[in-house]
Amino acid sequence: MKIDIPMETVSEFADIIKETGRFGVDWCYQCQKCTSGCPVSYAMDYTPAQLLHATQLGLSELVLNSKTIWLCASCQTCTTRCPQNVDLAGTMDELRIIAQRRKIRAKIPEVPAFYKSSLTNISFFGRMYELGLIALLKLSTHNFSKDLGLGLKMLAKGKLNILPSFRGALAARRIFSQVNSWEKK
Amino acid sequence: MRYAYYPGCSLHSTAKEYDHSLRAVCERLDIQLAEIKNWFCCGSTPAHSVSNLLALALPLGNLALVQKMNLTEVIVPCPSCFSRFKSALYKVENERELSQKMKAVIGSSLANGIKVCHPLEIMSSESQLDRIANLKKQELAGLKVVCYYGCLLTRPPKVAQFDICEHPETMDRILKAAGVTTLDWSYKTDCCGASFALSKTDIVLRLSNEILEAAKAVGADGIAVACPLCHLNLDARQEEIEATYGVDYNLPILYFTQLLGLSFGLPPGELLLRKHFVDATRKLKEAGLHAR
Repeated sequence: MKIDIPMETVSEFADIIKETGRFGVDWCYQCQKCTSGCPVSYAMDYTPAQLLHATQLGLSELVLNSKTIWLCASCQTCTTRCPQNVDLAGTMDELRIIAQRRKIRAKIPEVPAFYKSSLTNISFFGRMYELGLIALLKLSTHNFSKDLGLGLKMLAKGKLNILPSFRGALAARRIFSQVNSWEKK
Repeated sequence: MRYAYYPGCSLHSTAKEYDHSLRAVCERLDIQLAEIKNWFCCGSTPAHSVSNLLALALPLGNLALVQKMNLTEVIVPCPSCFSRFKSALYKVENERELSQKMKAVIGSSLANGIKVCHPLEIMSSESQLDRIANLKKQELAGLKVVCYYGCLLTRPPKVAQFDICEHPETMDRILKAAGVTTLDWSYKTDCCGASFALSKTDIVLRLSNEILEAAKAVGADGIAVACPLCHLNLDARQEEIEATYGVDYNLPILYFTQLLGLSFGLPPGELLLRKHFVDATRKLKEAGLHAR
């Protein structure tokens, strides 16, 4: 008997993920290897396998409002071990990107705040200017005392540059503005 | 051989000792490093979490600079940068449409056939291992370390193409050739919490604690690393980890290049050992290091 296994996903949301990154989210058969290997699953509200299942089912509200997408450390363990070749770490990137574009309030706001501060920093200086990043991050999270002692010790050890370097800044700015205009197309 | 050199942001700031010790060791091993003029950040984790195009354009823009130097191989010591470079090349090589678009975005032709290498790959060739053994001046056999590779040097394997992804041996081989004793352990490629260092520090404390605990459990005197972010999480945060979990590790975290330098008899000052939070001096002395 010939069995036809449908290769299309049933949800529009899963199709968006598939199209943007060409990740076969519908190949997952819930073996839980991603979840067992995930170093941060203990802190997540949905395990990586649950999140993938919700994505297949098109539960976009649940997925984009989860803690899980922000707690993924991008360590690539899931992608490496998946027997079905699902790029789960890549899928997490896509989900974070969609959540930010749709301006969804992040469940773990410190994480996208860190992304934003880092990229603002790079787009201006070209290379990461750590003191500038720390200042921006403190302004956006209003947590001024965090890591103050550590920061001072690092300054004392000469591990943080006092002044930024502007080498490479022009080229980086050009790339940022090109990417911006392409993404508006 | 002459290589283009992309230090990346960390090696110019939080990990200057990695940059210094790498340069010093490469000089002895006849690996010539030509730093890319005007390189810029590869985008690291923030870029790939915010924009696909940006995540590709930043590393590809840097690779285009390598091409202008007429060099074919670039050394990228930071595994986070290494992973971004490799993954950008992997994507454009496998998606034609994307490569056309990227050409327009970075405003120059895509770097064809440029090889992205980690210093561990270059130093683990048979000839370099022989050289390392011949350059050995300082006895370090009393020093037992575990080699910690972290996440992105080996994962995902089809992109990184680096050693055996769940149980790499490259750093172990190099350090053994230099006379350092390396121990087997189970946390070679576990995650330290990486870029959550500034945003979700509690995750870093927990994951890095597990790594330090595992290293201590096999009797290591220190941990050898190849990643500036792993170093920061394990070294600069070690005191906070000890306070949070009520433990006492006192485990020095050393770049593999610093250990090589010590073995070659380079003075610890030149290798910037003083920049570390956990002092390695006592353990190095106990291991037989007498040079000052």
